[in-house]
Amino acid sequence: MKKIQKYIFPNVFLILIGLSWLFDFAAGKQIGINFWMFFKEMILFLPLMFVLIGLFDVWVPREKIEKHIGSASGWKGTGLVILLASLQAGPLYSAFPFAYILWKKGCSIRNVFIYLGAFSTIKIPMITFEIGFLGLKFSLLRTLITLPVFILIGYLMEWYLKDKDFDVKQP
Amino acid sequence: MLAIVSIVLFLVPNETFVKYMGEGSGIKGWITAAVFGSVALIPGFIAYPLSGILIDNGVSYSVISVFITTLMMTGFLTLPVEVKFFGWKVSFIRNMVSLVAALFIGFIMGFFL
Repeated sequence: MKKIQKYIFPNVFLILIGLSWLFDFAAGKQIGINFWMFFKEMILFLPLMFVLIGLFDVWVPREKIEKHIGSASGWKGTGLVILLASLQAGPLYSAFPFAYILWKKGCSIRNVFIYLGAFSTIKIPMITFEIGFLGLKFSLLRTLITLPVFILIGYLMEWYLKDKDFDVKQP
Repeated sequence: MLAIVSIVLFLVPNETFVKYMGEGSGIKGWITAAVFGSVALIPGFIAYPLSGILIDNGVSYSVISVFITTLMMTGFLTLPVEVKFFGWKVSFIRNMVSLVAALFIGFIMGFFL
């Protein structure tokens, strides 16, 4: 019974949207389109991210991660994490599993948070889109200003969490 | 969750954003942008066109950068997911720090545009 209850809302929602299309109800149709956009983003990027995580887990050995983006890595490690993050695309929640795998393989606290920051704000696949709607000047400025800010956040988080047995859990 | 966001996005028309974040909205515009950006969960390919419309309607570039940055870096709707990986404390701190950072980014953007 509990299981059925859990799925009542999504089902009612989908049925209502279906009915809106049938009866040409504008509000319902617009909500349907909005929902489709979100759903498309999730369905497009999540599987890709999971494939990437799987391959990463198998192909990239722990020693490599530790050496290049571990706690002993310097600016080169930071650059590498930012490059890695900016090449990926998708909503922020799809970055959490990847952050977990990075952490599991010995990535430093600082680089985990720099990864999350870069993933959310600098995306090479999205930047053409941003330039198209907001202009080159805005996009470049925003990227250049954001970059040092989240690197700073990475350092801050590391400074704060260093002795606090921080851990990324597998849900 | 995605269903709720699509309903809310329909109920709040673009004019409302312009009213609260537009010209002369001052600090209120910043707060609206930050709060809305943090709570909302909008993919880039809706957020950028929406921002473009807002700019055309007189919303300032710094308010838009606050909006876009909070939209991407802080997510109160996705907090339950984040907590599963990082725990309550770290997730909360990360979101709060990101929120402050977004306001700071908007502030700096104001000098350039």
